[in-house]
Amino acid sequence: MGIIQKEELEKIQGSMDDKESTWIKVGMATCGIAAGADKIFNFLKTEADKRGLNIDVRTTGCIGNCFAEPLVEVKAGGKQLMYTLVTEELASKILDQHVAQGVAVAGSAYIDSADLNPGQMRIALRHCGIVDPESIDSYIYNDGYKALRKFLTESSPEGVIEELKVAGLRGRGGAGFPTFMKWTFGSRSKADQKYIICNADEGDPGAYMDRSILEGDPHAVIEGMMLGGYAIGASKGFFYVRAEYPLAIRRLQKALDECKAYGILGDNIFGSGFNFDIEIRLGAGAFVCGEETALIASIEGKRGTPSPRPPFPTDSGVFGKPSVINNVETLSNVSAIMLKGGEWYGGIGTEKSKGTKVFAVTGKVKNAGLVEIPMGTSIRTVVYDICGGIANEKKYLAVQTGGPSGGVITEDYLDTPISYESLGELGSIMGSGGMIVMDEDDCIVDIAKFYLGFCVDESCGKCSPCRIGGQRMLGILERITDGQGEMDDIEQLKKISKAMQKSALCGLGQTAPNPVLSTLRYFEREYIDHIEKKSCRAGVCQKLLRYKILLDKCKKCGKCQKNCPVDAISGDRKSEFVIDQDKCIKCGLCVTSCPFDAVIKE
Amino acid sequence: MINVKIDGIDVQVEEGTTILDAAKKVHVNIPTLCKHPDVKATAACGICVVKIVGSPKTVRACSTPITKFEEGKEFITRDAELVDIRRTVLELILADHPNECFTCGRNNNCELQKLAAEFGIREIPFAQNGVDHSADDDSTKTIKLEPNKCIKCGRCVEICQNVQDVHALCFIGRGYDTAISPAGEDLSLSDSPCVRCGQCSAHCPTGAIFEHDDTKLVWNLLNDANCYTTVQMAPAVRVALGEAFGLAPGVNLTKKIYAALRRLGFNAVFDTNYTADVTIMEEGSEFISRFTKGTAPLPLITTCCPAWVDYMEKYACDVMENFSTAKSPQQMMGALIKSYYADNMKLEPSKIKNISIMPCTAKKYEVQRDEHMKSASAEQDVDIVLTTREFSRMLKQAGIDILSLEDEEADSILGQYTGAGTIFGNSGGVMEAALRTAYELITEKQLDNLEFNDVRGIEGIKEAVIDIDGIGVKVAVASGLGNVHFLLEKIRAWKEAGSNPETIPWHFIEVMACAGGCIAGGGQPYGVQDTKRLKRIEGLYKDDADSEFRSSHKNPMVQKLYAEFLGAPLSEKSHHLLHTTYTCRATYKK
Amino acid sequence: MSEINVKEIAEKWKDVPGSLIMALHELQEEVGYVPRNEAMKLATEMNVSLARIYEVITFYSFFKLEAPGKHKIQVCMGTACYLKGAQSLVDEFKNQLKVDEGCTTADGNFQLEIVRCVGCCSIAPVVVVGEKVYSKVTPDEVSAIISEYE
Repeated sequence: MGIIQKEELEKIQGSMDDKESTWIKVGMATCGIAAGADKIFNFLKTEADKRGLNIDVRTTGCIGNCFAEPLVEVKAGGKQLMYTLVTEELASKILDQHVAQGVAVAGSAYIDSADLNPGQMRIALRHCGIVDPESIDSYIYNDGYKALRKFLTESSPEGVIEELKVAGLRGRGGAGFPTFMKWTFGSRSKADQKYIICNADEGDPGAYMDRSILEGDPHAVIEGMMLGGYAIGASKGFFYVRAEYPLAIRRLQKALDECKAYGILGDNIFGSGFNFDIEIRLGAGAFVCGEETALIASIEGKRGTPSPRPPFPTDSGVFGKPSVINNVETLSNVSAIMLKGGEWYGGIGTEKSKGTKVFAVTGKVKNAGLVEIPMGTSIRTVVYDICGGIANEKKYLAVQTGGPSGGVITEDYLDTPISYESLGELGSIMGSGGMIVMDEDDCIVDIAKFYLGFCVDESCGKCSPCRIGGQRMLGILERITDGQGEMDDIEQLKKISKAMQKSALCGLGQTAPNPVLSTLRYFEREYIDHIEKKSCRAGVCQKLLRYKILLDKCKKCGKCQKNCPVDAISGDRKSEFVIDQDKCIKCGLCVTSCPFDAVIKE
Repeated sequence: MINVKIDGIDVQVEEGTTILDAAKKVHVNIPTLCKHPDVKATAACGICVVKIVGSPKTVRACSTPITKFEEGKEFITRDAELVDIRRTVLELILADHPNECFTCGRNNNCELQKLAAEFGIREIPFAQNGVDHSADDDSTKTIKLEPNKCIKCGRCVEICQNVQDVHALCFIGRGYDTAISPAGEDLSLSDSPCVRCGQCSAHCPTGAIFEHDDTKLVWNLLNDANCYTTVQMAPAVRVALGEAFGLAPGVNLTKKIYAALRRLGFNAVFDTNYTADVTIMEEGSEFISRFTKGTAPLPLITTCCPAWVDYMEKYACDVMENFSTAKSPQQMMGALIKSYYADNMKLEPSKIKNISIMPCTAKKYEVQRDEHMKSASAEQDVDIVLTTREFSRMLKQAGIDILSLEDEEADSILGQYTGAGTIFGNSGGVMEAALRTAYELITEKQLDNLEFNDVRGIEGIKEAVIDIDGIGVKVAVASGLGNVHFLLEKIRAWKEAGSNPETIPWHFIEVMACAGGCIAGGGQPYGVQDTKRLKRIEGLYKDDADSEFRSSHKNPMVQKLYAEFLGAPLSEKSHHLLHTTYTCRATYKK
Repeated sequence: MSEINVKEIAEKWKDVPGSLIMALHELQEEVGYVPRNEAMKLATEMNVSLARIYEVITFYSFFKLEAPGKHKIQVCMGTACYLKGAQSLVDEFKNQLKVDEGCTTADGNFQLEIVRCVGCCSIAPVVVVGEKVYSKVTPDEVSAIISEYE
């Protein structure tokens, strides 16, 4: 197939009308497949054929309501419903009742598609769960590559940047730098070759919107990248994707191949004279490569260690050439903005933080999943209204935004409207959009230790403040959670934090102390309890636990004694059973072995 | 030019100047631990952070260039907060460093120790037991790695990979486990492509890379009444040793060193400059023979530098035919002492122990490179090599106040040298010495201007065309192994195109592994950078200019050697004692 | 693994600037890890130093220097998984397989690895074996997972 013409594009855009009348879509992102969506998909396909039902069974990406996977959306008989937690039994009923007879499956959990995602506004995720990520036609049908064609043939690179400026989009990867400014710098650099790079090395442990977008709507990102390439004068783009995301890589590669076949990638795209090519480069398991200069080193096939800036990548990036780096969600927003206009986008959100933001709301929340909300929505709305609040009727403790570079938001600040500025003021950051909900069973010191441990593991090791500072801070936190802490440790933590913030080379090292500083700011009491009282409120820190045998409940069966691996329980049937705290290794076997719930931890 | 302020002082700098260098212009030395003028800033240590007025961020002075966007900006290089941050970073580095200053090879000249002293570190708050990344590696017997002392500044890796193009050292692992190491697990340096140039050790700020110490062996030999100890000193040592005794670089201590060596107890004191002259006779004759008679392929490439020879054997085996077969001056001296001198003195060669004082760590390897290094007896021609640094320590151990000694002369018959011999110690010197002799031997005319300025200086590659009897002799001089690639590629391309003599890129090539030549060798006193290189070179050219004889073939003692012992250059005896062969070697032994 | 394959990989990538990591991915895909001999061949064929290759493979946690177990069990320790008890899964796997993190069982059948966030946070805690993702895993289910691959 040669270069796709305007008429052909429009033909595709019109051709799917018939096919759109009835269909079944199965959410087939990594998490859906993990929940068994692939089995359901195959089942539906075979069974529909067997029953002679004339219905198109398709795959689609992450629908967002990940807690209820597998998800199956059905449009038939004038009804469009989303079935949740679909089993083969339910799938069979869907075919028999909904598809064949046009009635909703009674007694099953479903949501009317019109009522999906209340409180949300889907821009970056607009096609996730709607288009077939493995079909360029499906994307084109949903107005795909329309904006690209328009700007390439009717506008100018300046026009793209101007539109972006009006939209006020800021980088969704973490720091929130205005995207139009980055592109302006890139466009002003003079060079024979420039690059635009999509950072898809999503590393924040607890954020997965980039994976979902690539798995669910790769073309939206490709289109955004091409618009960026056009704007800055780059003829080559790189996708830097985590190797841990095989499905995303596969779908992205398929999307690129389709673009090439349609002539959407290649030379003289849409007859505009614009040439563009995209290559996929894989990450290899290094969180620090999310940092722009480290990512550049990695694309060049080297260790992903950051370099000092300046020179900034927009002046000297990959192979010394000007390079603009944008994150997946940013580029997905770009293609939407160029289609619907900067003014439309700029009308959403707060004064300084425009548009929407995708959050991966996970942890101790009832309905975990991806939500996309207009900036300015409160954290309370996200956690309680959209995601159903804390699971298992537990008490809210905090949410962590910004992952290992962020901080905690306590109950007092739940009504804070989300924006780059407001989160910054609370000592956290927007970050890439992880929102981890913690409840009363979580220990805040342990959480800080978890994040710091992550940063220590992922430190590149190049600069001493981060390499040694992080490792020593972790040592101090381990001491505290082991009951060996001293009050001076808190001062030491602050001192090292300061040095790291001010002298680490890159963002990873500079922000690595944030979770510690943030939790110290809001939960210093918990630190002090660990240090002075040797107690962990949540009962998470094993070494601070004390197991005790309740004498009034104990029936002297001796099972705990038998199960104790270190012979820490003394006594016999005639006397009392007592746990020797010095010998006890806090394994908890006595608790599980007691038939009378007479052993407790305190 | 850009105008900025450093701590309130106006300074005008060229665009691209770093804040560190701009500060130097107004006499502010911002402390730094990882930056070295010889290598690209790695920005690793985090000590040199400074503030930009009006910005909440701190930046690294070593690697932040002042560009046109900085016009009018002010930088703060010191205040309570900065000093505090720097101290904390330093405390962290020290917390991760063994507390072994007393027993460390760099005690008293360690850059980390110096900074700790300046910052008045009195306790190390974040200390943690068991700093132990990996075991020491003394496998090369020339350069010793002590990874526990490494502060990961990256200088050695920069030098080994980007300056020297050897790629023996690299960073292994990530994060807290990052270590400098050869490429592999459980791989020692001697299994790697290391050419022992020692530039890593010369640039290491701490005791993590250090020359293998042989001083004890030498003390033992000096004490051994059965031994006849002879010593030779390389050209470059004389203009650098003074730095270890507080002198400026470039001060020539030749005659005081002779005196000091006698005080140490050596039975005979010789000068490698003498065999440098012999080298010219051999290598120069080889060139003349290849050039005028076509006895072997051109270009001819010099082989005085053992690191270069090792590099060629590992990485450029294909140009082996172009290598001069002449041994290095050190090895010629060793061979002549145990043959010519032994004959003269009626000494049993096996009783003689040859020690040499070299600016170089690779010379420790050269003495045992292969069987050719045992040409005069069953023993090695040269027994032990001390670097300039080891030698300076020996002098201090002996309490010899070298600067106050009366001048003395070297011993006959291997002591007298010409100006041509002494400039072997700097890049371009071997070429210049060879040209002086070749010109006169080929043309049989007197050379009026002995100074070949085109091949002088510290540029990595120098080229010149010298008119010898109407023929343009094309020469090239490279120093720093990283510059060799350029030469090799041109030669290879020329060979591939059919080796047309008309289009030969060069007829004669000199290579020294270390930038600037042996004066900045891996065994020289610490703190080398271009300003010092130039001073040391100046010292050698002055020695040359002040010499009675300035061409090797005019050295009366060299003439005597050929008349009495060798016969003629390239004679059979010469070949046996003064020439060698080469072998292709694997870059990795495992 | 034959020499041809390394050559093929090198041939494919050597003219693509900065593609060393891609070539290493392909090598590891074929062999399961990066054996020293193959690394040396790749260095020669792609004209990069072995030092560069080791710098890269020891920096990125994805690359392995030793032969992997037949089945790689990856327990996700991303934040969501951690909060939902991933540590107890690690302990359980260690206990049942009698191996440490990062190690392979004596019979070479299983390799236990801890990974940082596989991006399945909504169905935490997650265990990945090969390409199969297990969601909301509890310690009770560990033995069933293991037995699938015995």
